[in-house]
Parts: sequence; C-alpha cells; structure tokens
Amino acid sequence: MSFREIEMTLQPLRRATIGVLGAVAMTALGVLPAAAQAPAPAPAGASILDAIKARGTLVCGTNTGLAGFAQPDSQGVWRGFDVEYCRALAAAIFNDPNKVRYVPTTAQSRFTALQSGEVDILARNTTWTLSRDTSLGLDFAAVNFFDGQGFMVKASAGVKTAKELSGATICVQPGTTTEQNLTDWARANNVQFTPVVIERLEELVSAYASNRCDAFTTDVSGLAATRASQPNPAEHLILPDVISKEPLGPLIRHGDQRLVDLVRWTHYALVAAEELGVNQANVAQMAASDTRPEVQRMLGKNGGLGQMLGVSNDWVVNVIKATGNYGEIFARHLQPIGIQRGPNALWTTPGGQQYAMPFR
Amino acid sequence: MSQSATDPRQFRAPPKKPLRLSWADERVRAIFWQVLIVGIVIAVVWWLVRNTQHNLEVRRIATGFGFLNREAGLPIGEALIEYTPASTYFRALTVGVLNTLKVAVVGIILATILGTLVGIARLSKNWLLAKVAAVYVEVIRDIPLLLQLLFWYTLLQGLPGPRQALNPVTGVFLSNRGLKLPFLDWEVGHSWGLMAFVVGCCGLYLFAKAMRRRQMQDGQPRPIWPAAIGFLIGLPALAWWLGGAPVGIEWPALRGFNFQGGMSVSPEYFALLVGLTTYTAGFIAEIVRAGILAVAQGQWEAAQALGLRPGVVLRQIVLPQALRVIVPPMTSQFLNLTKNSSLAVAIGYQDIVSIANTTLNQTGQAIEGIAIIMLVYLTISLSISLFMNWYNSRIALVER
Repeated sequence: MSFREIEMTLQPLRRATIGVLGAVAMTALGVLPAAAQAPAPAPAGASILDAIKARGTLVCGTNTGLAGFAQPDSQGVWRGFDVEYCRALAAAIFNDPNKVRYVPTTAQSRFTALQSGEVDILARNTTWTLSRDTSLGLDFAAVNFFDGQGFMVKASAGVKTAKELSGATICVQPGTTTEQNLTDWARANNVQFTPVVIERLEELVSAYASNRCDAFTTDVSGLAATRASQPNPAEHLILPDVISKEPLGPLIRHGDQRLVDLVRWTHYALVAAEELGVNQANVAQMAASDTRPEVQRMLGKNGGLGQMLGVSNDWVVNVIKATGNYGEIFARHLQPIGIQRGPNALWTTPGGQQYAMPFR
Repeated sequence: MSQSATDPRQFRAPPKKPLRLSWADERVRAIFWQVLIVGIVIAVVWWLVRNTQHNLEVRRIATGFGFLNREAGLPIGEALIEYTPASTYFRALTVGVLNTLKVAVVGIILATILGTLVGIARLSKNWLLAKVAAVYVEVIRDIPLLLQLLFWYTLLQGLPGPRQALNPVTGVFLSNRGLKLPFLDWEVGHSWGLMAFVVGCCGLYLFAKAMRRRQMQDGQPRPIWPAAIGFLIGLPALAWWLGGAPVGIEWPALRGFNFQGGMSVSPEYFALLVGLTTYTAGFIAEIVRAGILAVAQGQWEAAQALGLRPGVVLRQIVLPQALRVIVPPMTSQFLNLTKNSSLAVAIGYQDIVSIANTTLNQTGQAIEGIAIIMLVYLTISLSISLFMNWYNSRIALVER
C-alpha cells in the first residue's frame, strides 16, 4: 500500500476526530471565560465548619507517629494527646468522637496540607509563631501544651549541659521551629555543630539511635516520647537546658472565625472542666444536678452558649463524655511516658499556666 | 506498489495555490485549528493563575520571591560554597543546587564506567563473569531505588562510632560519621597547578587535532602520548613548583566529638552516590550490551580480515556503530539519575529538594518553592539533553 492510499483510507477517520475535538474545544471555550470571570466560590470564603458538617466527618492532620501525642495502636486506632483534641472537636460538632478521619502529616507537609484544604484542622504539636499566624495564612486557636526545646544525648557520652555539645553532630527535623532555634542558639552561644537533617521522624530517630548523631534535638515533650520508645530508655539522657519557648496548639487556616472560636472554646471547655471538677465519670450527673451557675452554663442547662458557637447547647457534656477533661487526657497519654504537668498544670497550682476563659 | 513510493515524480511539490478564505481550503482550516488550540491553552493557564491568585489572597498567604533575600536560619551539613545559617534563602538554595549537581555529575560518570564494565562483562566468554554480571543487573534493576538507598544508609550507620573508627591506612578513618581522608593543605601553588592542568587539557586537545590533520595529509600515524605527559603532568607540575612547591598535608584528627581537618565524605552523600550509581549502572549495562550486540558479527570479521588490530576494530569499526544505539537511551538514564537524586530527602542528604522543601515550609510559599525546584530540574535536564544531542549528532555515522 502506498503512502497516498493510506492517506485516502485515513481521511474519514481524521475528519471525525477533528469534528469531535472541535466540539470539545468549542464547549471549553464557551465555558472557560465564564468560569474565569467568577472564580468558583472559594472554599476559604465559605464556612469550613459548614463544609465539615455537610461532609459528616472531621479531617484531622496529625503527626506521623509520636508516642503520647498521636500514634496508631495495635488495632490501628489513633491514640494520643493531640488525637483527643480531634475527638473532642468531633464530639462538639457531631456528638460522636469517632467521626474523624486522621491524616498523618510530616513536619514539612503539614502546613501545605492545611492551606490546601486537605485537612480541616491540624492537631500536631505545632508551635505558635508570628510568621505562621500571618504569612502562612493560619490561625492558632489555643495553646494546649506549653513546651520548650531540649537535647537528648547518650548517657555514655558524658555530656552534662548543652554548651558542651560544641563540635557535635546533631539530628534535627527539617521545617520545624526546632531547626531554626538550634541555629539561633548555636550562633548566640558560639557552638559549632554539624546538622543531620532527615524529614521522617522514624528515620531521624534511628540515625540518632545508631550513633550517626551525638545529640537529638526537639521539643522536650517529643524527647520524652522518643526516649520512652527506645529499647532501653535509661541509656539516653535529656539535658537540663531548655533553649526556646514552644507553645503548641491546634490550628486551622484563615477564613472561618466560627471554627477558630469552636476549637478555642473546646480547649477552654476541657480546662474549665478540670477547674470545676467535671470529669468523664461524673459529667452526666453534674449536668443534671450541679447547681453552680458556671457549671450550668457550661454544661448547657441555661445560657445558650452552645448555640452562640453554632453547636448544640449540651456540647461540653458530649466532649467530656468522649475524652474526659484536660487533666484526664494528660494523665492518660502523657504521664505514662514520663511527662509531668509542669507549666501545663492549672493556673491555680504554682507554676501552672493552663487557664480557661470564663463561660459566660 | 512500492515503485510508486520511490518514483521521484510523486514527490514533486504541488504548485502554490493562493490562500482562499474558505473552509474548503486546507491551510485555512489548519490555521483555524491551531489558533483555537493555542487559545484554549492560554485560557486554561490564565484561569489557573487567576484562580490561584484569588485563593492566595482570600487565605492571606504571602506571595512573591521577596523571601529569597531574608535570612534562612536553616542548618546545612555540607556545602560547596561558604554557608552559615545567617545566609539568605537564595544562598541556601544555591547550596542545594550545587549539592544536587555534585551527586548527579559524579553519579553519571561512575554509573557510565560501572555500567559499561558490567555490560561488557555480561557478554564475556568467561561463564562465571557473565553470570555474575547477569545476576547483578537482574537484582539491582528489580529493587526499588528508595529501598536500595535506605539499605546503603543503614549499612553505613552500622559502622563503628568516631572513637572506634576503622583506620585501614594512616590518615584514613572510616566511621558512621563518614570517610575522612588526608587532604592537601590548600595553598596558592595548588591553585596554579590546577589552572595549569585545565590549560594543559585544552592544549592537548588542540595538539591532537593538529596531529590528526597531519595524518590525514600524509597517512603517517603520530603518537601523542609524549605530548599528553607533557601537557597533563609536566605543565601542572611546573606551575606547582613555580607557585612555591607547597607540600603540606592536612591530616584528619579526632578532636572532641568528631574528626576535624582533612577531606570528608558524609555517609548521606556516600549512600546516595552508591545507590544511584549501582542502580543506574544496571540499566546502562543492558544498554551497552544491546549496543554491542547490535553490531553484526560480520563487521568484526571483516575488520579483522583487513588486518586491523582488535583495539582499532573496537574503536574505529564497532564502537561508532554501537554508540548509535547506545547514546539516545543513555541520555534517558542520565536524566533519570539526576531526577532520582531527589530521593536524597529520605536519607537526609541536603539537595535542592530538601532545602527548597524546608524553605517553603518556613515561608509558607509552596507555589514559589515548587516553581524553584521545577526550574532547577528543568534547567539541569535540558542541559544534559542538549549536550547529549550534540554529542549524538557528532558521533552519528554519516549515512548516505
């Protein structure tokens, strides 16, 4: 068959293809300018809270696995301090703490996941800083854990304070405030160090464990969690130096003040419940019989506070039934791995900083 | 039927017809469709850009490249140029690009050498050698690269700590902190020698070209190795001697936690380099084998019958024909190796992806960060492609 003959046979086929392509192109051309004129109602402009309610589940960004804060158990169920905040919020919105889908995020991917709407809320031991609050377009709701950065070394290294680490190799996670605090601290104290920067926490900890690094640095709570998960915790020493302030808390993206309010007041509800002696066991009975006015307002007997937040008036009862109060959450997840209340005790105890705004 | 295709009269250009503004005119239709398609592409791009801008504004996320001049504050373990955490993001990203190039260039060279050796070994008449090469290729090709990188990295972490470092030769220390080698205590004389070496390479190239021209005229082959020794060894040595003949050597020594001084190769770089090299060499070996097998046995026999020595047969007869098959797929392998180097993030080698990721995380400007990564890889890949296409056209057989 000659070239020309092939050409002849293909002719009708080509016409048909052009016809179809043309039709598609015409449609696209007609639709596109209209779409461009009015960019679809931006998801950020609409209420994220309404979107969560319509979807029926809360999508919660968590750590990929940090003992005590967020880690799947042997059944694959997520457990931990941060996870309880997701459960509490789901209980407030849906009266069902299990309507949560967990999305593990790395230190580097977490903000992009939140900005792009892949997750509704980030409860992932994240430090509240000015630039994150502004130029990253995020809103921190509350501080649920006051932390600070420290160092962990092998007990056999004989190091007693952080300043003795000059010349050391230090393992650090990229994209964290930890990384920047470390360089700030090293410059201020004239400490030379070689960084080993690995994104996945598991790989980083294994590099530290196998002696690739002399020290591992992160928030003290994270150090305690890591130390607890080592085969022999006694081999590791957390140095007394705390080189930064790390206020950790849940956050959402800019654009929905109602959701910020709800997350913030869920945290205050957990703290206030501890202040007022309301816990998982007695919450139902307290709601029915406690006569203190603030308890009655908080647990929805009167005042209509829940409605003001856009949820049912007995939302705090649902939250406390699901997770217990702040002290119970802390005792359940963090005290077993050796983290003391310290600054996270109630403000009524000396040194405590957890303080709930009035339910009024 | 086939005569009609070869008949030159069939291919005479048709007479030019004036352009009629009608659907019946093929050229009018062609222009219409092209304008339409370009229009659609522009509209889609415009819509995407506008949509992105709008959403960034709504979420009040910062935009623009202003952050490049801000202080980075991120620690970088190994840098080819001076870097401190007080440097700017721009400098940090430059360090990342250089780190990517460092592993890509060295990786490409080593993978080509290793791959060629394995490819030839697989064709060897030695049964054991051929089978070992075959097993190497099959094993390496069938395991995901990420796993191989983690394997090498874990293996290196199994080395003893710096205090118990292996010390096979005086001054060479191998520990889980990397390989430490003694290195020249760099002085001006070394720089002179290095410059003289570069000049010598250029000189040797020109000299070889001139000799080749003379050979073309009178048919006499002229050895160039005496000149090569002069250009590549004599000239740098002379420059080094004129520069004061420095002989100082910096020895690595254990001070505090780590070795100080000398030259060091970090475990991260080494694991990445070994992983990329061995993985890509598996593919290159097959390409080389295919290239050699593509040259018909008759070519060898004919050349030998003419009395040419085996080396000359390989260089002048077989390789030019084999390279025609080898070079185009080789380009793809070089591009793969370069792009695979982005797996460095998994084992903590700070290449451009790792540093740009941290940058976009700290500044929150994901779109700019990803754009920078894309631009860097596009530039490197296009450069490799252009160079290989140039090389391909240079070595291509002149076909008549």
